[in-house]
Formats: sequence, C-alpha cells, structure tokens
Amino acid sequence: MMLYLQLFWEFFKTGLFAIGGGMATVPFLQDISAKTKWFSASDLADMIAVSESTPGPLGINMATYVGYTTVHSHHGPAAAVLGSIVATVGLITPSVIIILIIAKFLEKFRDNRYVNAAMYGLRAASVALISAAGLSIVLISVFQISNIRQFRAAVIDFRCILLAALILVLTRWVPKIKKLHPVVFIALSAVIGIVFHMSVPL
Amino acid sequence: MKYLDLFLTFARIGVLTFGGGYAMLPIIQREVVEKKGWVSDAEVMDYYAIGQCTPGVIAVNTATFTGRKILGNLGGIVATAGVVFPSVVIITVIAALIHGFANFRPVQDALAGIRVCVCVLIFNSVLKMWKKSVIDKVTLVLYLAILIASVFFDASPVLMVVIAAAAGLIVKGRAKA
Repeated sequence: MMLYLQLFWEFFKTGLFAIGGGMATVPFLQDISAKTKWFSASDLADMIAVSESTPGPLGINMATYVGYTTVHSHHGPAAAVLGSIVATVGLITPSVIIILIIAKFLEKFRDNRYVNAAMYGLRAASVALISAAGLSIVLISVFQISNIRQFRAAVIDFRCILLAALILVLTRWVPKIKKLHPVVFIALSAVIGIVFHMSVPL
Repeated sequence: MKYLDLFLTFARIGVLTFGGGYAMLPIIQREVVEKKGWVSDAEVMDYYAIGQCTPGVIAVNTATFTGRKILGNLGGIVATAGVVFPSVVIITVIAALIHGFANFRPVQDALAGIRVCVCVLIFNSVLKMWKKSVIDKVTLVLYLAILIASVFFDASPVLMVVIAAAAGLIVKGRAKA
C-alpha cells in the first residue's frame, strides 16, 4: 500500500512541475530513480525508447511503464498492472485540476503579464533540465558511467559511437529520411544492436 | 451516451498520437473539429497553446480543456481518461513482455542499440526546444546555471523550476514604465 501511495505522490509532483510536454518528465523520472532506486538509469533509457515507439502521449507512456516496472520488482506482474494505473493517474491529476480551474479564466490567463513572464523563465529551465537528463542518458548508454564525475572510468565502445553518429546524420541531414517517424530509427538501432551483440563488452 | 462518445473519440486520439503532444494537434483537429464539430479550430489552438504552458502532458491538458468545453467538468475528466486509456493498456502489455524476455540475449542486444538511438532523439528534441526557449542573455544564463546545477550538483528539478519561474517574474514581470 505504501508503495502505491509513494508512486502516486512522486508522479503527482512530476505532473505538477514538468512543463512543456512528455520529454519534460524525463528529468523528474531521473530524480525519482536516484531517490528511490525503483528503476535504474538504463531502465529509463529503455522506457523512453518504448514510449517513443508506441501509440499514445510520451509522458503517459513513461508513467505507465515506470509504474509497471516499479511494482513488478516488488510484488510481481499482477500487482504491476495496478502500479501502471496509479502512476498514470498521479501524473495527470494535477494538470486536470489546473486546467479545469484555468478554463474558467481562459482569456485573462492567456494575456496575463505574470503568466508570460513566468513562462519566459520556465521554458529555459525546461530545456536545461532535459539537456541535463539527456547528458546523463548519454553517459550511461554510450560511455557506461552513471555520473560525470566518473569520467575516468568511461568505456569507449566504437560501436556505440558509430551508431550514435549514424543516427545523428540520418535524423538531421539526410533529406526525406530525417522526416521519418522515430520508431524507424529505434527499429534500425535494435537491429544493429542485435547484429553487433552490443550488450556484450568488446 | 454522449460521455461514451467523448471517451471513445479521445481514446482514438490517444491511439493515433505517436511520440508527444506536438504530433497530436492535427489529429485532435480532425477528430473533434472536422468530424464532430464539437469545438472550433480557434478554440483548439487556444487550448493547445495553454496546454503547452501549464504543467503536465500537453495531450492530456488539451483533452481536459476540450472535454470540459463540450460536457463540463465531468466531460473534462472523461476526455482525459479516454486519451490515456490506450497508452495504459498498450504499455502494460509491452512492459510485461519486456520483463518476461529481459534475460534473452537478443533483447539485451537490441536494447543496448536502442539506448544509443534514444540519446540522439533527446538531443534532437533539445535542439528544437532550445531555439524557442533560449532567446536572449537572461535565458542563456538561466539555461547554463540550471544545466550546471543539475549535472554537477544533482540539484532538485522541482527547485530549479520554481527558481526559473521566479527569475522570469523578476525580469519580465514588472509593469512597463
């Protein structure tokens, strides 16, 4: 029971403070991972991949996945279904309440100077938090260290570097291909991972 | 019956949305404005704009707004339940499968490759957001300060969000002289 309450509370906070869409939940999930050890940083990277490549809003998919994984490791697969529901409801509760209140004052809210001023700062914060979260996912996924302070222990695996370079080029500079859905690049990376046995160190 | 219709319409929107809230706008326009005529195009654009600058997932915020407009507060809750329903079902099934096969070598190899890909996808979305968010010296300083605090000092994201909102209010919130 405590676990469900904790799960709800952590996701409630995420829903309240993550501003700017699904990717904005990632830094908060990382914070949850560091505090609770419910899931590891590399679990988080897997969750992002699955959430990007399945239907539904990214933030919701992530919450469902984390809820499932967390309860699964404590109470097994049947209880895990409840975990995925609790996390998702936790994530959406603050925004539903806020929107239902704001809807009454719609016009005033849009043109409010204070709202716009706060947003000016919040947008910069959001992209900074996502950058930091992205960096630590790079450290763990490409260099296999969990913190920038451990940079001496970084593993340089040329397969990871080449794959990252390939995906970067495909998604940014190749006309037509760069417009393809992310699921295409995720599938391609999965195939490359299998072909080169990427889970085994060189 | 109206509530059921609302639920099913938003469940369809949930299934058709891939990735994030940004992909959702054209779909919501087609389903709610063109097919059902429940709200106008301009209203959806407003909801979407506000959904981006209020806490939470953009798709959920837009759904709550639209549902409330159509059937009141309960409508807002029903539309929200509809938009998240497919995700909860699909992700639960996938998570169960992955947990079942996690020790299977090819699954681990595939995930190792996928993680690298995710890094690039995040990098791309950071770049896109950066162009819209880091627009002058003040936002650049805020960006760097929060980045450094997060990377080197494990600062709490909640605290960073509160500080950034306060900084925005201090810099831009004063009445025009």
